[in-house]
Amino acid sequence: MSANVLELDHVSKFFPVGGLFSRRKLQAVNDVSFALSAARAEIFAVVGETGSGKSTIANMILGTELPSSGHLRFGGVDIATLAGRKAREAFMGQVQPVFQNPFEAFNPLSRIDEYLFATAHRFAGADTPQRKHAIADEVLQRVGLSMAEIKGRFPHELSGGQLQRIAVARALISGPKLIVADEPVSMIDASLRMSIVNLFRALRDDLKVSIIYITHDLATAYYISDRVIIMREGVVIEQGEARAALDNPTHPYSIALKNAVLPPDPIRAAAIIRAREENTWSQSAV
Amino acid sequence: MQQAPAGQVAVVTEPEPTQNTLTIDRLKAYYINEHYGVKREIRAVDDISLVVRRNEIYGLAGESSSGKTSLIKTLAGAIRPPMRVIGGSVTFNFGDESVDVYRQPDRMRAARWRHLSYIMQGSMNVLNPVRRVKHSFRDFAQRHMDRHDFQQRLEAHLRRLQLDPGVLEAFPHQLSGGMRQRLAIALATICEPEFIVADEPTTALDVLVQQDVLALIKEVQQRLKSSVVFVTHDMSVHAAITDRLGIMYAGRLVEEGPTAQIFAQPQHPYTAHLIDSLPRIGDLRIRKSLPGRPPALFDPPSGCRFHPRCPLAIERCHWESPEMLPSKTNGRVACHRAGEAEVA
Repeated sequence: MSANVLELDHVSKFFPVGGLFSRRKLQAVNDVSFALSAARAEIFAVVGETGSGKSTIANMILGTELPSSGHLRFGGVDIATLAGRKAREAFMGQVQPVFQNPFEAFNPLSRIDEYLFATAHRFAGADTPQRKHAIADEVLQRVGLSMAEIKGRFPHELSGGQLQRIAVARALISGPKLIVADEPVSMIDASLRMSIVNLFRALRDDLKVSIIYITHDLATAYYISDRVIIMREGVVIEQGEARAALDNPTHPYSIALKNAVLPPDPIRAAAIIRAREENTWSQSAV
Repeated sequence: MQQAPAGQVAVVTEPEPTQNTLTIDRLKAYYINEHYGVKREIRAVDDISLVVRRNEIYGLAGESSSGKTSLIKTLAGAIRPPMRVIGGSVTFNFGDESVDVYRQPDRMRAARWRHLSYIMQGSMNVLNPVRRVKHSFRDFAQRHMDRHDFQQRLEAHLRRLQLDPGVLEAFPHQLSGGMRQRLAIALATICEPEFIVADEPTTALDVLVQQDVLALIKEVQQRLKSSVVFVTHDMSVHAAITDRLGIMYAGRLVEEGPTAQIFAQPQHPYTAHLIDSLPRIGDLRIRKSLPGRPPALFDPPSGCRFHPRCPLAIERCHWESPEMLPSKTNGRVACHRAGEAEVA
């Protein structure tokens, strides 16, 4: 067994774009390396704007896309070498996703508990209704819900925050070592958002699950993550301990990104916008 | 939270009070569904009164299904069945003429785009995807303007907004999201309207682009001295550009006032929570989230609609709906325990 849960070793990914005669390579991820230690569960934030390659990294960790070069190892085994249904299912049990939009992640026509029962059957080997019910209830308790609340409900009857917590509960059924959360709070209402963010912190501390937290929001990344990487156009431009890296960023782009975060404070936020205005207008005068 | 200096409080935004561009009086607009004799009312806009002054940015904040989009649809006269206006009025005052949206529909139609325009969230949907950008500008604006110098005015307008007139020849898919959003702003402001409705104009944009777009909206607003109603759920954006702020919860306005004071001393517990739950860089205190969920609007709680989730709720909140009353901070608030919420 390797000392790392997950290891990205000089991973790159490119997509061919353009037509027959103008074929180009789009470098979505360029030589990214990092590792999550098995000794200590942590929240690892991947921060970047649109097109920075952060979702491509998520897809590669989940094994739905293979890297163009480099290796991703999970527990020491290269994900690309997983062959056969058994090996894949064992891997899927260890690495679970939570997606951005909980309203799209659940089929509106099927009942929420069916998802939990199906996952309990497949990944926890539950074969009786009682056993499935018990497993579903146990994971729901972990996220602050219970089977009594959601039994027989359909997705439209629940709020985004509840659905996202159910998505996390479903991911917990297989007892994963790693959860890959791609923008898990960007679709959640403001008054419920912190319940999801705090839940990730509880999972790390109580269940020792490591979490890859993919986001564009520096403020929540600062709030919950232990380590952070900031990406731009597929390249990691800043990495390190989250507080140190975000308190004193060194790369010009991460400084710009940090300064672009509007503080919830009218005086400072308005000053940022004013500075922006003057900046653009003085440039145009030249 | 940084406190506003005490001396600054009175001067924030109190222009001549007669200059109200928009007056909404006790407006009620419900979605009414009737299926097989079962009637269901969704009270998306429930008894809202507010004014928007000349030369100010009025922010509307609230969560999804708090009724903020329904409110701006209603004030723009853009509602369709099953939504209906049940009571109240919306009156615009465009300097020389005043238009009651629901009693003078003809005059309202004439005022559109000339006096009242919109900036939408999905700017890509505003521009026709199969035609060059210039055609979208012609379709929207040419009928409101002088035809022969339209091209010159259009190019001059784009230059003022730091846009190269060359983009007029581009197709929308050739432009980035930020560029399209800037074009949508150019499109909405070319007739120099007195009133602009901006519905989540920066939500889909990256943070760096978002700042440029906010700065552009602010600049245009200041140059035209127009009124803007700015809707977003993002409190930081409100902090950055709005002059006054209204907070909506479950179809009602629960607090309103100058933005600086709302942030410094929120009077309503819901406002206090919204501001307090925002994570900030450089601050690691644990942020709490509210219990429960926003109520369903077809069956809102009795009394104050926030009481099931309110940390300060008392017996009275369960049965008596609070009135909108003047608050200590130059605004209005609807809460029996206004001003008692603690802000860290």
